[in-house]
Amino acid sequence: MNEQDKASSTTPAPEPGAHRWPLWEVFVRSNRGLSHVHAGSLHAPDASMALRNARDLYTRRNEGVSIWVVPADAIAASDPDAKGAFFESPQGKDYRHATYYTKSEGVKHL
Amino acid sequence: MTQSVGDSSASATRITPGNALRPEDIAQATRQGAAKASEDVAEYALRLGDDALILAQRLSHWISRAPELEEDVALGNIALDQLGHARSFLSYAGSAWGKSEDDLAYFRREPEFRSAHLFEQPNGDFAATIARQFIVANYQFPLYRELTRSSDPMLAAIAAKAVKEVDYHLDHSTQWVLRLAGGTQESRRRIIAGFKLMWPCVGELFEDDELTARLGDAGVVPSSLRAEFDRGVADVFTEAELDVPASPPATGGGRHGRHSEHMGYLLAEMQVLAREFPGASW
Amino acid sequence: MAQNVQSGGVSTHEQSELDAAGAENFDAIIARDSRIEPRDWMPEAYRRSLVRQISQHAHSEIIGMQPEANWITRAPSLKRKSILMAKVQDEAGHGLYLYSAAETLGTSRDEMMDALVAGKARYSSIFNYPTPTWADMGAIGWMVDGAAICNQVPLCRASYGPYGRAMVRVCKEESFHQRQGFEILLELANGTPEQKEMAQDAVNRWYAPSLMMFGPPDDDSPNSKQSMAWNIKRFSNDELRSRFVGMMVEQVKVLGLTLPDTQIRFNEATKKWDHAPLDWEEFKEVLAGRGPCNAQRLERRRSAHEEGAWVREAATAYAEKQAAKNAQKVAA
Repeated sequence: MNEQDKASSTTPAPEPGAHRWPLWEVFVRSNRGLSHVHAGSLHAPDASMALRNARDLYTRRNEGVSIWVVPADAIAASDPDAKGAFFESPQGKDYRHATYYTKSEGVKHL
Repeated sequence: MTQSVGDSSASATRITPGNALRPEDIAQATRQGAAKASEDVAEYALRLGDDALILAQRLSHWISRAPELEEDVALGNIALDQLGHARSFLSYAGSAWGKSEDDLAYFRREPEFRSAHLFEQPNGDFAATIARQFIVANYQFPLYRELTRSSDPMLAAIAAKAVKEVDYHLDHSTQWVLRLAGGTQESRRRIIAGFKLMWPCVGELFEDDELTARLGDAGVVPSSLRAEFDRGVADVFTEAELDVPASPPATGGGRHGRHSEHMGYLLAEMQVLAREFPGASW
Repeated sequence: MAQNVQSGGVSTHEQSELDAAGAENFDAIIARDSRIEPRDWMPEAYRRSLVRQISQHAHSEIIGMQPEANWITRAPSLKRKSILMAKVQDEAGHGLYLYSAAETLGTSRDEMMDALVAGKARYSSIFNYPTPTWADMGAIGWMVDGAAICNQVPLCRASYGPYGRAMVRVCKEESFHQRQGFEILLELANGTPEQKEMAQDAVNRWYAPSLMMFGPPDDDSPNSKQSMAWNIKRFSNDELRSRFVGMMVEQVKVLGLTLPDTQIRFNEATKKWDHAPLDWEEFKEVLAGRGPCNAQRLERRRSAHEEGAWVREAATAYAEKQAAKNAQKVAA
């Protein structure tokens, strides 16, 4: 587990005086060849314990071959209120999908 | 920002058909006469099985009482691993005498148990439990690794499954020793006290006797593991700035059925229901 | 729990316009039976209702560990000991999944845990009943988990995304819980006369409390209607309870035991299972803290939490020191 030894170098500093453990988001790769998928979250004092807790909590039934943990507050997310504007552009650009090209339907190996 | 474990190291307790021996498989193999331990091997398996059983009994008490919910789950996993090893070793030991894992766990008297004193030590606080676990893992890891080369194929197979799991126990207890020693003054005081409490029980783990001598290639000579144990402990203690306790070794005697005052209560609790209904099925 | 990239402050006027747009969007999502996600606008009452329900659910998992942990060290076979340990461990995990879901609504686990140990939070009152015999492990698995599964399966489709996802995981893992309970009872029922008596006694004691797990009757359930309108709850309390009785009445025959209720019958008119009236006074008493084990359960949780404080502090202090050390290294 040598990669874990570097873990503490990226641990977010907890607020001074706070005894609560920060929140981590857990991503699990269920099999080789697949992406890591968000599995849930947990609390841990640092990255290296977060990985171990994730292993105990989210892979008890062979759910994973690899785990990522990410400090929850390190994730930047799109603003849900801006949903319309943010995700509007792809609408109406059907030419990005193969199904748009109907005239070539039935042509083999295309 | 992202931490990861490599695909191979995350699979410490991964059970896949073909490489993981379940206690039920061993029980079945012994029932069918496919695996029968010799008297000496059975005695040896009894020692290993009792160590794991008594430790699992102790650890299981933490479930619903751990310092944080994540740790309930972690200690639960370790307890379940140890119980699994116990069941495998006891099933195999029982094959020599026509006894099941449950016959051995529930219907032996205290002097017939072969576990070392360390395993029956009370949990104490979390630090004492971690101290005990750290000693156990530093002992069991090289032991099981060597046992995978046993001339007895069943012992080797049980050890092959167990060593991967104990590898994780070693990692878990090491992480906590570092955190408790390097955390607050209070936690440092407690982990030092925990090691002081458990240390007298270390010597017994590495005592050879006639049985371990007779086993030859089937077993592992306990004293041969001591140097690696000392190195492993020293590495972590150096980082944690801890001293090896000066406590003199206690007398021990667990391998020959002489136990500490704690054992009677532990067995009474563990065996009470099974003994109330001897011969019953559950 | 991700922070979203926000534009600057908004005026009160702009805020009320945003709320109006948000409410419209929320209603539309509920109307097409889609899912609400953490950063979506949601009515304050919806948020409060969810935090209440999810945290109660999480507390129930955590307190619910105790009546079963009571038998881990005395389990009568090593196989049963393994199964019970794995089950109680799962419950800790389920509590964790659910606390995480509640945290996405802005309430921290510490706050929820503090409320629990201070006796200010509720949890399923069934866990305030004692487990004096091994057969209780069977009855809890078969009846209590059985009732929980009836309640939980529809929650996998709850309108709040994180709650539904947590429940999918919980339900998947719990599939073995009810079966192992049923098998404990089956072994006992086919065992010695004393074992069978133990099994029947446990079924008798857990029957009414497990029926009460579905909550008060529909005409006396203050929160149900709104929860159903918001697609959090999918079926009414009485509907689920009736379904559960129908399942029990068949399964108990396989066990060769009986349910302590002579009034169970299928009502052709309503197409539902009727059962004897339940003692809702007792339910309210237990819920109000006057059950057989309320004080004991809370005290155990409180002491575990408080005795663990120095461990949590130590780990935090260690993380701080390591972070400082590494910062120094980077600076050097």
